[in-house]
Amino acid sequence: MERITPLLWLLFSAGGTVAALFLPVHLFLTGLAFPLGWLEAPSYESVLHLMARPPVRLYLFVIIALPLFHWAHRFRYTLYDGLQLKHLTMLIAVLCYGAAVLGTIVTAYLLWTMP
Amino acid sequence: MNVGPHYTLYHPRWYRRRVSVWWWLQKRSYTGFVLRELTSVFVAFFAVVYLWQLRALAQGPDAYAQFLARLKTPLFLTLDTVAFLFVLFHAITWFNLTPKAMVVRARGKRVPDRVIIGSNYAAWLVVSVAVAVVLLRG
Repeated sequence: MERITPLLWLLFSAGGTVAALFLPVHLFLTGLAFPLGWLEAPSYESVLHLMARPPVRLYLFVIIALPLFHWAHRFRYTLYDGLQLKHLTMLIAVLCYGAAVLGTIVTAYLLWTMP
Repeated sequence: MNVGPHYTLYHPRWYRRRVSVWWWLQKRSYTGFVLRELTSVFVAFFAVVYLWQLRALAQGPDAYAQFLARLKTPLFLTLDTVAFLFVLFHAITWFNLTPKAMVVRARGKRVPDRVIIGSNYAAWLVVSVAVAVVLLRG
């Protein structure tokens, strides 16, 4: 565990920066502006047209996968401190980072196989 | 940890005051800290919504329309509003903290905190506008 701590910290901070820069606008558009009709949601064809470009897929991979590692690292400590679960260190770490790795694999798979 | 035979790692037998699980409600700065830590849950929520959207897109136009319709339900509107506010809180606290996490030097002098924070917000604005323009133009 100690040996990969610097890597986990790097992923946490990279993911935190990506989340801070990119997630508010995406959540605002997808979660509020489109469903409430403030702005028109892009059509199926135009989204697929956008996603035909590899840089767009890479972008989506980055804004989904990196924030997952940010979550894993921060949530792990939230559980330790907030719920006083220090004695479950290993279990919590495996569950959190495991979920992030699984999410990353699913993201890569979906983006790779997208028509 | 140097302990005797009766001690275990996480339950040593010295005196310790029990701290309530709700310790963070007693002081505003503690509450702010825990709320900031909880923003990560909503960061993960975003990832789940986007994965769900990707799956809908892969399945075809009907699934995508269903996804868009599902986001209009009160449940998702509420979740998305809360998530948006928490992610906003994450962004603001993250930008304001950067000068403390990273010291930038230019020509041998330390760059003032407000310059670093200001450039964060400027980058945020540029990125947000760019994303909106690309998404809305299609």
